[in-house]
Amino acid sequence: MITRSNSDTLSCDRRRILACADVVIIGGGVVGCAVARRLTLEGATVLLLEKAPDILDGASKGNSAILHTGFDAPPGTLEWKCVQEGHREYLEIHESLGLPLLKTGAMVVAWNEEEEKRLAAVFEKGGKNGVDDLRLIGQNEIHQLEPNLDPSARAAIYVPREYVIDPWSAPLAYLLQAVENGGKVLCDAEVTGGSFDGHHWRLETSRGLVKSRYVVNCAGLYGDIVDQRLLGESDFTIMPRKGQFVVFDKAAAKLINSIILPVPSARTKGIVLFPTIFGNMMVGPTAEDQKSRDDASVDTQTLSMLAEKGKTMLPGLADIPVTATYAGIRPATEESPYRIRNDHERNWITLGGIRSTGLTAALGLARHVHSLLQEHEVEFIPLKKPLIPKVPNLAEHLPRDYRTPGFGEIVCHCEMVTSREINAALNGKLPAHSLSGLKRRTRVTMGRCQGFYCSARLAEITRGKFRDSLGVGEDDV
Amino acid sequence: MILSALVKMMSKACNRTSCSVAIIGSGPTGIAAALELKKSGITDIIILEREKEGGGVPRHCGHPPFGLHEYHRILTGPVYARRNVQTVQDENIPLLLRHSVTSLGPNGLLEVVSPEGGMQIDAKRVLLATGTRETPRSARFVSGTRPLGICNTGALQAMVYLKNMVPFRRPLVVGSEIVSFSALWTCKKAGIQPVAMIEKEDHPQVRRPISLACRYFGVPLLLNTTIEKIIGTERVRSVQIIQQDNQREVTCDGVLFTGRFVPESSLARLGDLTLDATTACPLTDKHGRCSDPAYFAAGNLTHHPVRVAGQCFKSGRIIAKEIYKDLDSAGG
Ligand SMILES: Cc1cc2nc3c(=O)[nH]c(=O)nc-3n(C[C@H](O)[C@H](O)[C@H](O)COP(=O)(O)OP(=O)(O)OC[C@H]3O[C@@H](n4cnc5c(N)ncnc54)[C@H](O)[C@@H]3O)c2cc1C
Ligand SMILES: Cc1cc2nc3c(=O)[nH]c(=O)nc-3n(C[C@H](O)[C@H](O)[C@H](O)COP(=O)(O)OP(=O)(O)OC[C@H]3O[C@@H](n4cnc5c(N)ncnc54)[C@H](O)[C@@H]3O)c2cc1C
Repeated sequence: MITRSNSDTLSCDRRRILACADVVIIGGGVVGCAVARRLTLEGATVLLLEKAPDILDGASKGNSAILHTGFDAPPGTLEWKCVQEGHREYLEIHESLGLPLLKTGAMVVAWNEEEEKRLAAVFEKGGKNGVDDLRLIGQNEIHQLEPNLDPSARAAIYVPREYVIDPWSAPLAYLLQAVENGGKVLCDAEVTGGSFDGHHWRLETSRGLVKSRYVVNCAGLYGDIVDQRLLGESDFTIMPRKGQFVVFDKAAAKLINSIILPVPSARTKGIVLFPTIFGNMMVGPTAEDQKSRDDASVDTQTLSMLAEKGKTMLPGLADIPVTATYAGIRPATEESPYRIRNDHERNWITLGGIRSTGLTAALGLARHVHSLLQEHEVEFIPLKKPLIPKVPNLAEHLPRDYRTPGFGEIVCHCEMVTSREINAALNGKLPAHSLSGLKRRTRVTMGRCQGFYCSARLAEITRGKFRDSLGVGEDDV
Repeated sequence: MILSALVKMMSKACNRTSCSVAIIGSGPTGIAAALELKKSGITDIIILEREKEGGGVPRHCGHPPFGLHEYHRILTGPVYARRNVQTVQDENIPLLLRHSVTSLGPNGLLEVVSPEGGMQIDAKRVLLATGTRETPRSARFVSGTRPLGICNTGALQAMVYLKNMVPFRRPLVVGSEIVSFSALWTCKKAGIQPVAMIEKEDHPQVRRPISLACRYFGVPLLLNTTIEKIIGTERVRSVQIIQQDNQREVTCDGVLFTGRFVPESSLARLGDLTLDATTACPLTDKHGRCSDPAYFAAGNLTHHPVRVAGQCFKSGRIIAKEIYKDLDSAGG
């Protein structure tokens, strides 16, 4: 049995080693961030490596931000277990970390006879999954709960505990808690190769060599490639599946209270209509298989289809302008279950193919990793009094920064982002290293005008801060 | 000046203040309305402006002609904007900068936020003069990736004229409205050379001689042409366009979406004022009054298609007369 490392066994003072830790986590998506937090709390020293300039650059960049109950998960699977565990733990920790929760509830709505017939099976599955507060509701109750929904909604299952969260602040808070308690993060550090000597991993990164006992591969859309690079093989192949979204302006939020889910098919959760934590209303995602792991392009036809679809479900949307459009890419594989590799011999764990429930399941997956490490007979000594940092609130239903005097100026008027918030996001323990990282931390330019009013000021504030900046050739106008 | 200090003091003390007329926006419309109201003898007017400088859009239109009717000379936008601000200051009309109106309540009760804190303004009448902006790429549903280098004319002008920065060097310009040609002017001044201007119709959306400006600026005008797809990861690398059914790729480092103006009516929408279903401008009667009789709207917030600054200034004056009459008949 190995106990918590001390600096002798894992010293970094060798000239060529950039950093070392008990556990290296490859990938700063939501899964990697949650694993970093859990293992830090359990007493491990962790080092998270992210190839992009900032965290959340892969699948976790664009999702629906729904905290699932797992009512429709495949029963008895690890996914089901981690979703439920993730849901539970999020509720337990969100307040202390300053993370918001919008208790929307969801409705699985049948729009035609055929879908209505399938509702029973969904209901039954929910029961099997231990989600025992589902209710079958008829047209009257649908109308009571959602008076603006198109009256063609025939029947529904009400899922009280499906909620909406902040998809970027959550992973940020997880990683921040790791960092506050001694964890390390290296961005711009792509893992390109490495070797295992029977005790330790030496990983080659684009910033230099790092060393660890254990490696957890949380590389999301690149999970298979990382396994191939370091283990010489992979049990799965990532088959990227894109999902496009249309975001409607804040006035739409008052049209609806809950998440409107379609009756699921085998392949996807289907197109959802849902409020966001930022006070908008969204329609999406699609499920489009593609080769590219990075190309999150949107296309005119699909966006129009989504907007139309939204308007059929919620006719009031016709009067609401579109704020934004975007796409996210799911790290799907040739099979639907999560692809977990637990390589005892090589001190390696892969959390692969966390396709479409990872935002919720991440906290559960992190616990699962800890239990797998215990199987490796690693015992860390849990932190007795871990620090609990709070992240700034971006949720519309809770007081935003501009409500507190002394905020400097409002930079982004549509999203009411203050210069105090921007400065905080540019500094601190996990500062934004890219413009998109700054957007995810503050929402600057993400509102209805998309930078018409504020991008000049933002360009000025962020001048020289990022590799890719709003201004080009800076001062030679 | 004294009055504005007083308003500030009052608002600090009780977080609530009242006035006869609150004007939201210090563009040409809001300024003109304030001056006209003052002239009619209404003294407790407040102009609320969310930016740190007053003046509205002309602040970043670094070209003439502005001010012909108002000041009988031809000024550039920034000079005109400063002059407008100076005039209300000379008239002692409080112009509260960095004051964002966040909500319009029934009967003219405004929620306002400034760096000093929040406050409520209980106004007998409110004038909405929040102007207009251009449709961003997102709401146009344009295909492709979302790299850096995509913006509207407003953002380009603000960057060039207020910050001395440029967002790109060789952009594609989408649209051929008047503002698109101002954009070409701005580009020229900033050393930006657009690769082309594209227009989906078979003629430019402005009359000669303005349309000849393309030749002057050395920018090819491609008619019957639409943007098909934006390509690039960090920054725009190229754009696919379709010109009369022929697709081709144009290398560029940005896309400038010009025009397709939409009223900045989000406050009105969130405040439950009725909006016109097609233009999204607040619906007003012949007096410029909104669906809640405490609210009036004027300027480019209500003009569709948009007008130039001088016309907005005029519309500010006219609405001020309506508001004065209305207050007068209400015995206020
Ligand atoms: C459209 C869509 C909607 C969704 N909706 C929901 C939802 O409502 N609720 C929910 O719970 N889940 C949802 N999800 C699922 C969730 O977003 C994913 O399961 C989750 O983001 C996967 O995270 P990850 O950390 O595994 O992968 P990623 O987010 O892809 O993280 C992997 C990270 O590893 C980095 N990396 C890759 N290779 C290397 C390397 N060699 N070296 C260093 N770093 C590397 C990448 O840059 C990336 O940042 C949705 C997903 C999509 C796409
Ligand atoms: C990119 C662009 C270029 C243009 N170029 C020209 C040109 O070259 N020549 C020309 O004549 N016209 C031009 N115009 C037209 C322009 O709209 C008018 O010239 C004129 O500025 C309209 O005046 P306004 O007072 O109605 O609105 P604006 O000038 O737009 O002023 C509105 C003001 O309201 C403020 N505001 C908005 N919301 C709030 C809130 N919630 N709280 C507090 N304050 C708020 C804004 O900050 C702004 O200062 C251009 C417009 C645009 C968008």
